[in-house]
Amino acid sequence: MITPLLSSAIALSAVFLFGCVGEIITEKSGHLNLGIPGIMCMGTAGGCLGASMCVSAAGGGAPSYIILFLVSVLFSVLFAAAGGGIYALLTVTLKCNQNITGLALTTFGTGLTQFLMDNLIDRSTLFTASTVITGKLPFAGSLGWFGEIFLSHGVLVYLAVIVAVCASVFLKRTKPGLCLRAVGENPAAADAVGINVSAYKYGAILTGSGIAGLGGYFYIIDYIGGSWENASTIEAFGWMSVALVIFTLWRPALSILGSIIFAAFYILAAKLPGTVQGLTFTDTAVLKLLPYVVTIIVLIVTSIIGSKNVQPPQALGLPYFREER
Amino acid sequence: MERPVAIELKNISKYFFGKVIANKNVNMTLYKGEILSLLGENGSGKTTLMNMISGIYTPDEGQIFVNGKEVVIRSPKDAFDHKIGMIHQHFKLVDVFTAAQNIVLGLKDGGVYNQKSINARVSAIAEKYGFNIDPKKKIYDMSVSEKQTVEIIKVLYRGADILILDEPTAVLTPQETEKLFAILRRMREDGKSIIIITHKLNEVLAISDRVSILRKGEYVGTVNTSETNAKELTEMMVGKKVELKINRPKTQFDKPLLEIRNLSINSDNGSRAIDDVSFYIRGGEILGVAGIEGCGQKELCEAIAGLRKIVGGQIMHKGESLIGLSAKQISEKGVSMSFIPEDRLGMGLAPSFSITDNMMLKNYGEAKGPFVDRVTARKRANDLIKRLEIVTPSSETPVRRLSGGNVQKVLVGREIESGPNVIVTAYPVRGLDINSSYAIYDILNEEKLKGTGILFIGEDLDVMLALCDKIMVLCHGKVMGIVHAEKTTKEELGLMMTGSLDLTEEKKDKRFGIAKDSNLTEEQWKKSSEEENDDRQ
Repeated sequence: MITPLLSSAIALSAVFLFGCVGEIITEKSGHLNLGIPGIMCMGTAGGCLGASMCVSAAGGGAPSYIILFLVSVLFSVLFAAAGGGIYALLTVTLKCNQNITGLALTTFGTGLTQFLMDNLIDRSTLFTASTVITGKLPFAGSLGWFGEIFLSHGVLVYLAVIVAVCASVFLKRTKPGLCLRAVGENPAAADAVGINVSAYKYGAILTGSGIAGLGGYFYIIDYIGGSWENASTIEAFGWMSVALVIFTLWRPALSILGSIIFAAFYILAAKLPGTVQGLTFTDTAVLKLLPYVVTIIVLIVTSIIGSKNVQPPQALGLPYFREER
Repeated sequence: MERPVAIELKNISKYFFGKVIANKNVNMTLYKGEILSLLGENGSGKTTLMNMISGIYTPDEGQIFVNGKEVVIRSPKDAFDHKIGMIHQHFKLVDVFTAAQNIVLGLKDGGVYNQKSINARVSAIAEKYGFNIDPKKKIYDMSVSEKQTVEIIKVLYRGADILILDEPTAVLTPQETEKLFAILRRMREDGKSIIIITHKLNEVLAISDRVSILRKGEYVGTVNTSETNAKELTEMMVGKKVELKINRPKTQFDKPLLEIRNLSINSDNGSRAIDDVSFYIRGGEILGVAGIEGCGQKELCEAIAGLRKIVGGQIMHKGESLIGLSAKQISEKGVSMSFIPEDRLGMGLAPSFSITDNMMLKNYGEAKGPFVDRVTARKRANDLIKRLEIVTPSSETPVRRLSGGNVQKVLVGREIESGPNVIVTAYPVRGLDINSSYAIYDILNEEKLKGTGILFIGEDLDVMLALCDKIMVLCHGKVMGIVHAEKTTKEELGLMMTGSLDLTEEKKDKRFGIAKDSNLTEEQWKKSSEEENDDRQ
């Protein structure tokens, strides 16, 4: 019972991890991107389009792993970054309200994705693509429970962890990381020392969106094996990823753990009704809202602690005008 | 022999939104190895001009020459490339970073930062000019003067030869200012060229070699400091003859209006903001409160106005306790509070509201029925505009469009309008130029003559010495002493502000802040204090 739960929690955690790390990088530049759910949908559409093209090019058979992986990931990142580009243009250059822009982008992204998946993408090819991309590590089966929990996943899961670790090192240890954090904390201070504030904001929003998009693509192509219902499932993951950012106190390294916890909550809510007798609808509803409850608890605790080290970037949500008087 | 020139400005003009003139045809020269003061009233374009040299703004017209060569400065980075560094009035530091991180921020020499070599370089600069700094300390743990040190080292670290300081002394105590000036003089000896903006004429005369003056965005002239005096400088600044004297009208002191005993208040983060403070205000007197920013002034104001819970002690107004009353009840008793925070618009007024609407915020309750009484409010607003000479197109203009001085007149004026008997006012002249400041002092003196008791929380010790009858000095929430303004000196106040001198320790037998002719007998005080304690438990 425990081993399969942990195993699938780690697999599903990649969805949250991509979304959360993407949003953290964005928020570190001072932009609260509520368009992340929509952007994750767009990443899904892009990735699926790429995968479907690869399968078609291989004449409906199994395409080469490397080509399929590179093309679909590239498409996913580009589609998601395009969504991020719309957001960046509106909020950085035109200085629109970030919340409104983000919410609009989520509506747009889910709608667009639903349209593309229904009309443009041959969904039957996704099953083929999925079997190629979800290859396990070769020695996973020989290591017992350890292998099942940690090694039995597709490459995208490990990519998510690598991205999170890289983001953590980038933010904590490198000079560009320091500059990015300065932009999100106090753009006027960053500007005064010659940092190109807009460039950093664009860079962070585009990169963050690209990373987040992979989360949606991973869910469809790997976790549920290439099937498709509708975009609202991915949108829901997007919202949980945004909540996860708060839960993990804007720390990419911590979000590796956080995303596993959120994934475990999600799986419990989905699977318990089938395995445990006598569960009512209300019980599962309670399980489903647990991630949000713990996020609120984290908010309360950090607010009581009040230390500046566990607060969001100071300029989060505020547009920056250099010549403002 | 021609002196080498560091910066020369020729016909610099800058317009905001295409038509508001910020600077017009400004010509100015900064020689190498000199300290130049830039003087001017609020809104005379000093900061704008300096921002153009440091790359925050770009000039619309004119030329800038650095070391004899014409340059275009488009961004702060360009300014650093020309070895120009600016220390802004509002510090541009990232709170959650350490001093060292702030200092190296944005420098491009390798990807990963080497903490050790940065610390060594920072320490070398600090030693050379005599700064005290801990590179590992976070900014949010620092005092104002420490933050300023970080700002100065930040520009020196970038190799700046030309330093611009925008009102560096506004937030410092006299002792800290002296220390800063010593450092600036050491920099001058080292060949650095310095432009310093300050409102305080005595500082201009003390530190600078020459003084350049701006008026309404235009260049008026430059004089050698050794050949001028405060009066001449002021006249150049405002463009007419002025009387540089703050009145202190003699009044008959009445019985204590407001008596505060053993008051303790906590700040937002739970630390003690005001600790066991006792004082009283009589009708017809101005009691000044001096202290470094953030030593409990804000909390004291809020407690008196009923906006903040107190931890212990008594607040008595004409012998009746104010504790437990709502802000509205307190203001109905005639206690008014006006607090001008750093951003000047943050408290008391709604920026997008007109003067009329802001007047109504205070007394909307007087109108009968569910509707507001706009006619009376407009009449009051117009009266106020006339009486205080507020410059505004009409009483319906949003206050955020008014200049700082006029906004402050609206705020102080509205508080006086309700006919209070105690006025608590904090930093009413914050950031105001000489003319507007004097208008506010006049308003306060007028109220004083009417028999109102005034608690004046201020920044400028010279002003407080001239305006107040008595001055209470706070340091970290404790009273260091209450002195007669006529009998004290700036130096004494400065020592008390930093806690180096504690009169309450030196003269233990004297009961500071306890009125001899209190409205209550000692027994009544005791009884009321016991009642309060019971209530709290």
